[in-house]
Amino acid sequence: MTMEWVSGYGLQLIFGAVTTLSVALVALVVGTVLGISLGTAKIYGAKPLRYSAEAYTAVVRGVPDLIVIYLIYFGGTVALTKLTGEYVDINGFAAGVAALAFIFAAYAGDIFRGAIGQVPRGQTEAAHALGLSRRAAFFRIILPQAWRLALPGFGNLAIILIKQTSLISVIGLEELLRTSSVISGATRQPFLVYFVAAILYLIITSVVSWGFRNAGIRSNRGFA
Amino acid sequence: MSVRAMESGSSEGGTVVMSAVTKRFGSFAALKGIGLSVDRGEKIVICGPSGSGKSTLIRCINRIEKHDGGSIVVEGCLLDHRLTNIEKVRREVGMVFQSFNLFPHMTVLANCMLAPMLVRGLKAAEAEEVAISYLRRVRIADQAAKYPSQLSGGQQQRVAIARAMCMKPKIMLLDEPTSALDPEMVKEVLNTMIELAGDGMTMICVTHEMGFARQVADRVIFMDDGTIVEEGTPEQFFRQPKTQRARDFLSQVLH
Repeated sequence: MTMEWVSGYGLQLIFGAVTTLSVALVALVVGTVLGISLGTAKIYGAKPLRYSAEAYTAVVRGVPDLIVIYLIYFGGTVALTKLTGEYVDINGFAAGVAALAFIFAAYAGDIFRGAIGQVPRGQTEAAHALGLSRRAAFFRIILPQAWRLALPGFGNLAIILIKQTSLISVIGLEELLRTSSVISGATRQPFLVYFVAAILYLIITSVVSWGFRNAGIRSNRGFA
Repeated sequence: MSVRAMESGSSEGGTVVMSAVTKRFGSFAALKGIGLSVDRGEKIVICGPSGSGKSTLIRCINRIEKHDGGSIVVEGCLLDHRLTNIEKVRREVGMVFQSFNLFPHMTVLANCMLAPMLVRGLKAAEAEEVAISYLRRVRIADQAAKYPSQLSGGQQQRVAIARAMCMKPKIMLLDEPTSALDPEMVKEVLNTMIELAGDGMTMICVTHEMGFARQVADRVIFMDDGTIVEEGTPEQFFRQPKTQRARDFLSQVLH
């Protein structure tokens, strides 16, 4: 029994955890870029862009996450099949990452919008007065300050994202939850297996929380 | 156009030429047809009651504020919607704000190096050399590694002046640079500004520091209700203000 755990199931769970972490990481990066774009569009964008961004948030936030995941997975399959003319089974990893990134961005967009809005107007004015382009003013002056303000909410969202990866078990990706469910079926020890899975999730989220705490301290440099 | 500019007869008409400039904020008319010509090297002090349009006027010169009507030409460059013109003007015009507006996430040195590197294309070593030389001039080079929040208001404003100077602007706009300072810090900033004025740079300064105006200004402009009510040498303006509005204003700021 113990041997089996160490050699087989335990390793499988670790692999599951690695998949979970990879999905979360890629979704975090994609979702952050998308979220910053959404927040920026809502603040600086012309009306059509602004309204599109608002509509995006309203839709993605208003539909259950599971349905978003299904829609992207099955919708993606249909779209690719139509596009290529032959049946394509969409990659679960890609679909999962896309779905989670889209969901993440819907929430992150408003966090960034709020944070950008909180950076005093004088900062933009000073940047422009010095001759900085709009782009340079945004990336060098506004975003670094907004980042600091966004960080607490953003960190929360990242933790939620890690746990949300469990949702994509429904499209067959062998992440931590799906692996656990398979193993619990095989071992008939559901409590033990899910307990170990919970510990693994907890380890991941704790490390990430600690990382965000440090990032918070770093970003506060210069602010009394 | 000012009498002085017309007398000088220069075809350019001045380094800053505003004619019939208007600006509205919603239903409020902040500027109601401003005509102003500033000669190269001239020091101008703009004063007037709050809400008279002083800040709006100088903020239009580097298009931090967009004017609605009339025309503004800075260093021969017409300020309109064209981004290239706006950026060209901003490269030549420095600005110091009432609330300093230093970048809080950067050290004093980085504040001063950023624009010369990004806008003028200086290398880091060159930008640092320029920054240190101006920080030395405002006597704050020893604080270069600190963050703005670690400095006093007066020190921050001196850094802001140095930061603007690092771009080697032809024109310097100062928007109530001492109004947000504690009284004991006003002097150090004024002294820095006086030194700056000695360099021969064109200066347009909104301030209520009448002592500074007396000492430095070539011309004092008095604004009220979005218009230039009166202008003249400090001597004329303080001795014999022509209008009742200017007399009322002076009686309030000169105790």
